[in-house]
Amino acid sequence: MGMKIKTKDDLIKIKEKGLRSISPDKIKIIVGMATCGLATGALEVFKTLSQEVDKQKLDFIVAQTGCLGFCQREPLVEVRIPGRPAIIYQEMTAKKSKELLTALTQKEIKKEWAMARSGNGAKPIRDSISEGLQEIPLYDQIPFFKKQQKIALRNCGFIDPDNIEEYIAEGGYFSLEKALRTLSPEKIINEIKESGLRGRGGAGFPTGLKWSYCRKAPAETKYVICNGDEGDPGAYMDRSVLEGDPHSVLEGMLIGSYAIGAKEGYIYVRAEYPLAIKKLKKAIQQAEEYGLLGENILGTDFSFQIKLNRGGGAFVCGEETALMASIEGRVGEPRLRPPYPAEKGLWDKPTNINNVETWANVPVIIEKGANWFSKIGTEKSKGTKVFSLVGKVKNTGLLEVPMGITLKEIVFDIGGGILNNKKFKAVQTGGPSGGCIPAELIDLKVDYEELTQAGSMMGSGGMIVMDENTCMVDIARYFLSFLKDESCGKCTSCREGIIRLYQILTDICEGKGKEGDIELLEDLSSVVQSVSLCGLGGTAPNPVLSTIRYFRDEYQAHIKDKKCPAGICKELIQYFILADKCTGCILCAKECPEKAISGERKKPHLIDQKKCIKCGVCFEVCHYDAVEIK
Amino acid sequence: MEWVKAREIISQSKERQESLIEVLQDIQAEYSYLPREVLSQISWELKIPLSQVLRVATFYAAFSLKPRGRHLINVCLGTACHVRGGGRILEKLERELEIKSGEASSDLKFSLETVRCIGCCSLAPVIRIDEDTHGRLTQDKIPRILKKYT
Repeated sequence: MGMKIKTKDDLIKIKEKGLRSISPDKIKIIVGMATCGLATGALEVFKTLSQEVDKQKLDFIVAQTGCLGFCQREPLVEVRIPGRPAIIYQEMTAKKSKELLTALTQKEIKKEWAMARSGNGAKPIRDSISEGLQEIPLYDQIPFFKKQQKIALRNCGFIDPDNIEEYIAEGGYFSLEKALRTLSPEKIINEIKESGLRGRGGAGFPTGLKWSYCRKAPAETKYVICNGDEGDPGAYMDRSVLEGDPHSVLEGMLIGSYAIGAKEGYIYVRAEYPLAIKKLKKAIQQAEEYGLLGENILGTDFSFQIKLNRGGGAFVCGEETALMASIEGRVGEPRLRPPYPAEKGLWDKPTNINNVETWANVPVIIEKGANWFSKIGTEKSKGTKVFSLVGKVKNTGLLEVPMGITLKEIVFDIGGGILNNKKFKAVQTGGPSGGCIPAELIDLKVDYEELTQAGSMMGSGGMIVMDENTCMVDIARYFLSFLKDESCGKCTSCREGIIRLYQILTDICEGKGKEGDIELLEDLSSVVQSVSLCGLGGTAPNPVLSTIRYFRDEYQAHIKDKKCPAGICKELIQYFILADKCTGCILCAKECPEKAISGERKKPHLIDQKKCIKCGVCFEVCHYDAVEIK
Repeated sequence: MEWVKAREIISQSKERQESLIEVLQDIQAEYSYLPREVLSQISWELKIPLSQVLRVATFYAAFSLKPRGRHLINVCLGTACHVRGGGRILEKLERELEIKSGEASSDLKFSLETVRCIGCCSLAPVIRIDEDTHGRLTQDKIPRILKKYT
């Protein structure tokens, strides 16, 4: 079906075709089928819808899209009826899908399952066509979406990622056309510089400046790389962009490579993201078919190829020099910088490396201009940032907000507050290189500078919310356990230092902490920080230091009183059944793997502390809050 | 075993260092682990010293040098899963399968491994069995999930 696009007119023709695909003249049902949707049963919903439409010979289209963002309410299904607002349905099942189809054939809207109307926040709808639907909230009025502004996620959950024409319909590849035909490389770099865009992968280096270094490097062969090795646990925005809108990344890389003067690019995606790899492969193949990748792109002299590399499950490969070593087929060990990749990168050639979300921003900046982009955000942090809001929060999901929004707005307005109305304790940001921001700093404006000042960092955008039942010493130990496994072992300070930090933290968690341990942790941390070569070692002590800084009391409770106030550290807690709350339903006794719970039916039960292995299953299954941790 | 498929994969690759990781990935996709004989073959055909092949094969967590069970269970221990009880899910699986993390069950039905984040944090705690992701887990859901795999 592919035709090589050579002119802007060709692009416009495909845009019109794509628009008809997005909003056809018949009913279209779209299922959110990114990884989180699939994990909650979206495939079953999709199959049921397709089979029923076939079986009943209905004149409906069933299609897929990426992540709509509100993962808590998955599986999500959007129904587009010609001339009416789109309706997004939440928590769909196979059974509900059949009922939905029946309702649609009778021209009924299942209002009770609807989450929102109008599928695209960017396109407000007229009230006249919403008649009879007013009780369904507008998409951009529901708290989860109200404060969001989508740039990197502009198409995620709206277009079919496997259909390049839908991407073009939403303005895709028009920025590339504009760049190749009307802008010089210098002008593009200047535009990116003036936009204030900074690297979304963690460190926040100005993107335009990075490009200019690589452009200036004297060499015939240069490379651009897309870093899709999203290793920070708790962050999944890059997966979502790659699964839901892979062309936005390709277009960003095309514009960047034209500006820099590169003819070859690599996308490095971690092996844990099989669906993202599949979507990217398809997107690359389509872009080649349409003449948007390969020789003489859009009929110009510009040529560019992209190769896809799968990672091998090593966190350190998110570091740029380690990543390049991995592309070269070697072990992912970082090397000393300088020379920076802009001078000596992949196979010693000048190389420019940016992360997925950064690349996805580029086409929008070229389309709308640096001036437009730089009006969003704070003085030094421009634009928006995607965050994954997860952990002990009511509304988990992926959100994109202007820089400078407060932590409170994210956790309480968008996130809806803490799960089970528990007490808010901290937000962890920046992955293993970051830190924990305590509840006192809830009014903090979220940008690169403020997060660093609070002892954490932006990182790739994971925000893990913690409540009163999260132990901060255990969290520090968790990250050190992670880093101990992921240290490549090149520098002694990192390899041995992290193990030692981990051992001290483990002792504290097990009630074997000694007076002076906190100071020892601090001393050792400063050594690991200052002597290690790359960012992994250099930032490894951050989770320890930030938890000591804000939660010293909790460390002391473990060391002095041998108590874990959050009720997490196994060696310091016991499970009890509250006699006044226990109804004797015997559910806990049935689940207990050690048969440590005894009691008669309908009478309070008792835990034999000698037999209890503290697996916590009684606490999990009890419907009456009768199991207490002390 | 003749490792016919492995020969095919190796013969299609280029004699270059940069092909190594890709070849290892394809071999592992075929056999679910990296058989020792095949590693020697790779070394010979790609003209890369066996020590270097082994170094790469042991550096990356995705590679296994031991045979795996028919179904691979990956328990996510990312931060969101950790704070929402991923560790307890792992312990439940260890008890249920009577193996430790990193081992395969004696009937080679399951291999139990851990992974640092599969990026499905909004549904924590999650596990992945082969291609399927199971989210919002509690310990009591585990036996029913395991039953689905034969």
